[in-house]
Amino acid sequence: MDYIHDLHSFLPGIIVAAAGLLVIMLEAFKKGVHLSYGATVAGLGIAFIFSIQAMFGDTGTAFSGMIVHGGTGAFGMMIVLLGALFCVFISKDYLQDAGLHNGEVYGMLLFATTGMLGLAVSNDLISFFVSLETMSICLYVLAGLIKTEKIGAEAALKYFLLGAFSTGFLLYGIALIYGATGQTNLTEVAAAAEPTLLFFAGSALLLVGIFFKIAAVPFHMWTPDVYQGTPTTLTAFMATAAKSATFVAFILILTRMLPDTEAGDWTNVIQVVAVLTMIIGNLIALAQDNVKRMLAYSSIAHAGYLMVGLAAGTAAGYSGVLYYLFAYTLMNVGAFGVIAYYERNHGLDFTEIDSYAGLGFKMPIMGVMLSVFLFSLAGIPPLVGFVGKYYVFAAAVQAGLIPLAIIGVLASAASVYYYLRVMVYLYFREAHKEYTLKTPGLLFKSTLILLAVLTIYYGIEPVLPTTGLIELITSYYAV
Amino acid sequence: MELLLNITIYLPLLGIVAFLFIKGDEAVKWTSLGVTTLTFFLSLPLLFSFDVANSAVPQYVTEGSPIFAGMDIKYLVGLDGLSMLLFMLTTLFGPIVILSSWSSVKKSLIGYYSMLLLLQTASLGVFSSLDLVVFYVFFELSLIPMYFLIGIWGGSDRIRATIKFFIYTLVGSLIMLVALIYLGYNAGAATGVYEFTADWRFISSPEYTIGLVEQTWLFLAFALAFCIKVPLFPFHTWLPYAHTEAPTAGSVVLAAIMLKLGTYGLIRVCMPVFPNAFMEFAPYMAILAVIGIIYGALVAMVQKDVKKLVAYSSVSHLGFVVLGIFALNTIAVQGAIIQMINHGLSTGALFLIVGMIYDRRHTRMISDFGGVAKKMPVFAVMFMIATLASIGLPGLNGFIGEFLILNGAFFSTLYANKAYAVIAALGVILAAAYMLWMYQRVMFGPITNKENEKLIDLNGREIGLLVPLVIFMVWIGIRPVDFTQYSEEWVESYISITEEKSVAVLNETRTENIPDWTAKFYSVAEKQSDGNFVTLKD
Repeated sequence: MDYIHDLHSFLPGIIVAAAGLLVIMLEAFKKGVHLSYGATVAGLGIAFIFSIQAMFGDTGTAFSGMIVHGGTGAFGMMIVLLGALFCVFISKDYLQDAGLHNGEVYGMLLFATTGMLGLAVSNDLISFFVSLETMSICLYVLAGLIKTEKIGAEAALKYFLLGAFSTGFLLYGIALIYGATGQTNLTEVAAAAEPTLLFFAGSALLLVGIFFKIAAVPFHMWTPDVYQGTPTTLTAFMATAAKSATFVAFILILTRMLPDTEAGDWTNVIQVVAVLTMIIGNLIALAQDNVKRMLAYSSIAHAGYLMVGLAAGTAAGYSGVLYYLFAYTLMNVGAFGVIAYYERNHGLDFTEIDSYAGLGFKMPIMGVMLSVFLFSLAGIPPLVGFVGKYYVFAAAVQAGLIPLAIIGVLASAASVYYYLRVMVYLYFREAHKEYTLKTPGLLFKSTLILLAVLTIYYGIEPVLPTTGLIELITSYYAV
Repeated sequence: MELLLNITIYLPLLGIVAFLFIKGDEAVKWTSLGVTTLTFFLSLPLLFSFDVANSAVPQYVTEGSPIFAGMDIKYLVGLDGLSMLLFMLTTLFGPIVILSSWSSVKKSLIGYYSMLLLLQTASLGVFSSLDLVVFYVFFELSLIPMYFLIGIWGGSDRIRATIKFFIYTLVGSLIMLVALIYLGYNAGAATGVYEFTADWRFISSPEYTIGLVEQTWLFLAFALAFCIKVPLFPFHTWLPYAHTEAPTAGSVVLAAIMLKLGTYGLIRVCMPVFPNAFMEFAPYMAILAVIGIIYGALVAMVQKDVKKLVAYSSVSHLGFVVLGIFALNTIAVQGAIIQMINHGLSTGALFLIVGMIYDRRHTRMISDFGGVAKKMPVFAVMFMIATLASIGLPGLNGFIGEFLILNGAFFSTLYANKAYAVIAALGVILAAAYMLWMYQRVMFGPITNKENEKLIDLNGREIGLLVPLVIFMVWIGIRPVDFTQYSEEWVESYISITEEKSVAVLNETRTENIPDWTAKFYSVAEKQSDGNFVTLKD
């Protein structure tokens, strides 16, 4: 039956949406937050398993071509769910200590995840837009969770206003593309596309909307304030799952909607934006004294590296980007997790780098893990961040974009300074006063350890005799 | 034997895992010592059963499968004539550096010894990997432990020193990474089987040649990374800084092992892979090397701090190694390889000695000492031998390396100018001047500083860790052939491969296909031997 096939294709999304509804109902009947938390973990976990299954399945479209199933989309769903699941694991203790542990948080998180899942598989501009809005509106709410502080309100308002503005661009772009081609389905748009002014204007506005969501320069202004004002574990959720979903949608648009003709050649624009994003993201990050803001600018810079892979426009480039998103999710959730741990002990404003002095020796395992995640973000082998960067830059070199690759590696050399700076404070400076650190909860600690182990494991996985992850991803693009 | 090689490389990592289960500072120290000693003894069979006559062929090779179809990146380790001695030098220094910090390091011991053990694995990995991507991974991995060793256990200005060291080396190696990726795709296309290959055995073989334009850029990118690591003048500024701030064990590993990664890379990659560029750039590299020799020696002469003096002497000594490498004849390259070992032994010993006196007096200023020989006779003997070895006194190891290098450089056809060797020889004289002058001011004369009255001579542990180094200094000095035999076959065959490849590239090149600057720089028209070349465009 056709609709069975349709439902099966979007099964992870349906499960997560159902879990979201369940959580809202549980809250309505005051069943307590622990039950909601259990429902969230169960929903995301089951969806995660189904998404892994879909990664190995066949590829095609469903819902009359509205979504894709299998391949890139399935891998995107897996990354989103991985990020969401890990963020939920580290959120519990953190939100409890911050007094923000309500069931509604998980409801919003699940609906946002549903939007991201839709985004990762959308094959139609309408489903793309609806999913993006589902995700964004829930994220606006999550950004404003710290209601008592000014930074919380600033984050939510800034995100909402600028987000609404960018949505306008996006929708206008979709309208123009529809006007030019009479289609909204990605592949049909590609077939009908002519290099007309209308189509160019539409694609350009669509790209502006996407650049805003992935925080590419010059559409990045909202990122540091929003990341700083959002509860840290939810910042991790925004920085990984939301960004991955948008990037996967971006890949789908580039590969399916923009044709291989002159009308669809946006490589130069992506290259320029990639260069700007890498340079400006890294340079501003150098000057940050707040760890969360530093990671916000670093996430801008990472969007730049990812766009290097997109600019290559080859199978190797797209698979490199997917791998990088996976890598980025592991190490970024980990880094935010450790920051959340330090915040749990000293209050929500404990993110100034100076206050980290000497903390590395206080709870050694946390310090070591933060170092692992930061080294991985800096792209030092043998950690997963290096492997991701390697695939992306290798694709650029292969596509003949050697200057772009050189700018990329130099930018990432500059980035090493600000990652190392955190470790300088953690280990090389004396503590200002005696802190006593709480013992992290078992779930929290084991989640971070798992992330650190995965960061190291996927760093050496390419040379292990097992079938590599990259091999699976590359098979999605085999013609 | 293949398995033994892998065990030797990864055994130190096992030591780090063991730290999770043991408690107490003493246990940590003894575990580290046990692990590194075991590593050393396990590496001995590799040396003894090494087939010297076939040293050009990698031995004990472990070969994994490519990461996926088309991408020939794989786990590939083995030892050949070039890496054998350096591998052994690394395993020898394992227990020595552990012992050297036995009583001087008191802060977070588990971290400290984990870093030393991680560094051991990374260095062994660099010397044994034959896949260039794996090589790169180990090359970079060695930075992390050194960063923490200097940053946590270093001197007062450690933070700036360690960041400068890290960023400086990283910039070089990242540019090398781009070149490596390009090289991999280029070589992969040449195999006809793969899209990408990083297998050194193929890349360095006569079957694979690279066009002149690509060679130029790739050579410059690789050479930059290695020259920063060496460090060759003018990329040396991070070194004295890192050395003075590093703890004793860090300085020893930095001098004895890590600096060799650069010179090793020059021989391993730059020579057989980019033969034309290597030969054309040789005179320029030799100029930098000679400047480094003289400059390092002159700056060493005016240092007030013993450790800084030894650090600058490293710049000078490694200038000799680079001079030997680029002379590209058997004598000079053999000299460069044995000089890498020599520098490891003698400078390693000198840093240990500086560390010992620093532990006693908490100062390294030459002016604070004087007359130490009276109080510490055994120390004086050890210090003297290391000093003389470093200067290059006949009968000790330094002489062998410097003699071979100068001899080879003198007759090198690439340099075509005897001035390089002549000026470099001045460096030996300067070395005698600054080392002996320093020795005299520290060890002889009356005891002017009352603090020095209380000095006690070396204890058993300290003598024990210097004696093996002294034995090798004398052994290499008297019977160098026991050591040079390992690399002889390798050097001969790879020099001839390099020369053959360069001729082949020149003969394949058509001047109309390359830019004018390339044709002029490589003198393509004059050098082509088959006679059917076209003349240079005007």
